[in-house]
Amino acid sequence: MPETLIFYALSGFAIGASAMVIGQRNPMYSVMMLIASFGALAGLYVQLDAPFVAVAQIIIYAGAIMVLFLFVVMLLNAPKEDGSEWDRSHPLRQPAVVRLGGLLASLLVVQLGWALLSARGLGGGVAAFGDAETVSSVRVLGRVLFSEYVFAFEATSILILVAMVGAVVLARREGEGS
Amino acid sequence: MIPLSHYLIVSAILFGIGTTGVLVRRNLITILLSIEIMLNAVNLTFIAFGRQLGSVDGQIIVFFVMTVAAAEAAVGLAIVIGLFRHRESLNPDAFASLKW
Repeated sequence: MPETLIFYALSGFAIGASAMVIGQRNPMYSVMMLIASFGALAGLYVQLDAPFVAVAQIIIYAGAIMVLFLFVVMLLNAPKEDGSEWDRSHPLRQPAVVRLGGLLASLLVVQLGWALLSARGLGGGVAAFGDAETVSSVRVLGRVLFSEYVFAFEATSILILVAMVGAVVLARREGEGS
Repeated sequence: MIPLSHYLIVSAILFGIGTTGVLVRRNLITILLSIEIMLNAVNLTFIAFGRQLGSVDGQIIVFFVMTVAAAEAAVGLAIVIGLFRHRESLNPDAFASLKW
């Protein structure tokens, strides 16, 4: 079944690329791997009948946000982190504390697996309800966005304005201007 | 047909990778990248549930998450630039002067 194969390939690629983001010390390669991971996630969105979100993911995330990160990495000439930067004497890095953390993490995994297995309605196909036409329609999306969610939309515009002013103020050199 | 639980498992793995990155990496930029991984894991959950329920609300919330992520990246990177100017380092252990 090609659909299933594509799903496993894309999700495996996304997980592998994300693991490589945190698995190495050079921030430059981390940013590149994250772009690859976002591309695979966009493919998953297409499979979920959300083509508009997939395109927005490529344009906004891989195009805009990651370029911003890349720009900062190059601007700061970010040094590779090395293992000696670890503070081994920190109280949270004692072996007993680490073991307790590992125990809690595996408990969380077991609980999540149990919840997934015992919840009803998760076993069927993901496209059980609704038709693909409605869900993937940009017309319906825009209508809902500008009617039901219009307040959140306007609030977001103010948020972006505030973030822009904040970024300019924060990145300015001290003593510059008034 | 791929069951919803598979999407949820992929999303949980991605979120776990992001959390691990925040806890393990000692580089402010990589920590911000790990936060982006976590945001994307949540986006995948929203879209998968939205498809399951046959509604577009999940996709709309994903748009808001994307805009908030853009604002967060802009402000966060501005803070990183300011910190780097002060200490010439990106190691979060170098910025411990607010710790008691």
